[in-house]
Amino acid sequence: MTSDLIVFLVLALVAISTALGMLFSRNAVYSALYLVLNFVTVAVFYLLLGAPFIAMSQITVYAGAIMVLFLFVIMLLGAESLAPSRSLPWQRPLAIALSIILAVETIYLLFARGPSGAAISAPEASLNTMDSLREMAMELFNLYLLPFEITSILLLVAMVGAIVLTRQEKGGQK
Amino acid sequence: MDWTIWLEWFLKGLVLCLALLTGFAYLTLYERRALARIQIRVGPNRAGPQGLLQPIADAVKLIFKEELTPGKVYKVVFLLAPVLTVVPSLIIAAVIPLGTSFPLFGREITLYVADLNVGVLYLTSIASIAVYGIVLAGWSSNNKYAMLGGIRSSAQMISYELSLGLCFVIAIMLGNSMNLNEIVNAQKDMWFALIQPAGALVFLIVTLAEVNRAPFDMPEAEQELTAGYHAEYSGMKFALFFMAEYQKMIVISMIAATLYFGGYREFWFLKDTFLSVDAIWRIGSWQFQAWFLGPIYLLLKVVVLLFFMIWVRATWPRIRYDRLMAFGWKVLLPLSLALAFITAVGILLAQELKNPMIIWGIPVASTIGVLVAVSFIYADLRRKSHGRI
Repeated sequence: MTSDLIVFLVLALVAISTALGMLFSRNAVYSALYLVLNFVTVAVFYLLLGAPFIAMSQITVYAGAIMVLFLFVIMLLGAESLAPSRSLPWQRPLAIALSIILAVETIYLLFARGPSGAAISAPEASLNTMDSLREMAMELFNLYLLPFEITSILLLVAMVGAIVLTRQEKGGQK
Repeated sequence: MDWTIWLEWFLKGLVLCLALLTGFAYLTLYERRALARIQIRVGPNRAGPQGLLQPIADAVKLIFKEELTPGKVYKVVFLLAPVLTVVPSLIIAAVIPLGTSFPLFGREITLYVADLNVGVLYLTSIASIAVYGIVLAGWSSNNKYAMLGGIRSSAQMISYELSLGLCFVIAIMLGNSMNLNEIVNAQKDMWFALIQPAGALVFLIVTLAEVNRAPFDMPEAEQELTAGYHAEYSGMKFALFFMAEYQKMIVISMIAATLYFGGYREFWFLKDTFLSVDAIWRIGSWQFQAWFLGPIYLLLKVVVLLFFMIWVRATWPRIRYDRLMAFGWKVLLPLSLALAFITAVGILLAQELKNPMIIWGIPVASTIGVLVAVSFIYADLRRKSHGRI
């Protein structure tokens, strides 16, 4: 158990420091890279909890697809070291209010619900087998079919929206 | 945990890495000799018998070359990029089974580094982070050509990853598992390349694009981008990019062999003969399992698939960039979606109607799908060549 604790502490340190590095680095490309490292660390957390499927999906989807697109856009626009733009006036108070709400929520969940409710135990080893994948798929496509479909429609709408935006620009030029 | 387990893992990993590095060195020779033969030349044959020492001469040359670091590069990322390119190409081989297992000092040594239950997903995740090295090399060089190469490669690799994932899905469905070992064992009776020949074909095309090989080598198109993302690299740093490209070729051939061509297993019609990897060989009173045939079969398949890649490079011109994207999105993606659908329907029908012969409807329907795709491409090219757009 102590070795698990050591691994956890090291990973937590890496996760927090990469998150901070993402926030404070001046160059957008470095920010993106810190975020990639953060995603990979989170994936290792999932591995530690005995959930390789979610860990691999995390790396494929977030580190492999989404962040590559982020980097792509940053590089294409040459936006890696833009001068700090004027911040929106309502942004700072809103951010402070939201973070206070989040902190209160976290503290409530940690202490008011008691350690017994908050304790997270590692799932059984059966998560590693194909059976559990099958079970997960069954749950996803039977019990949670509606949220799944709604998510896919949301993504489709976002995609169509992006295409419509580029089309309008072309039409305006003609 | 027992320290011998750690030792076993360490030794297996070391042997695999060394095998890949040696494979890389000799793949360069293989490619140059094969290309030369196709172009009616001789190729490198001076260093050693048949040019066998040529890779060593190349390595010595690259090590002693002067390393230049241009003044305006982003130093840290510039140094990190070659490493980020090589590491995925090495670690992706960890889940590929190379054979069954053999007894040594009273313990069973399995011929794979890791037996991951989500092996196929591991492959996709490592393949998807492999793009970082190239993109970062392009960006950190602070050079317009290198940058264009990096951007091109990221767009290309993301586009073709979708079809690659669907080809993985076909193999998962046919093998009924995400474990590469079980996928290989499911091909004991029949290779998946015979049940789904179109899937294997699409997989081979897509992997060419994934490893940036000709005719999809837009990221390093010499005529347009000097050398693309590694234009600013020299000496050993360049050698690392070179190494990564060839190791990716080897690894991707291993994956193709594992998913569609029976992996380390023998040809399906040899399964009950003494050439099977499960066969027991008897020499006098001494009998043993023919485990050593596994790596040999895999090596043979990899050599053949590598020859396919070299052959394609020697015979096909580079595809134009907009055509590359159109091919990936408008042809390969719908085609591989259709193939995955056909495979799923075929498996389901064979299960429900209790008639295993229905599975042979899959190759028939898939071939029709491929013919439709080819006729679509043909009509498109015809329309463009006649100028009626």
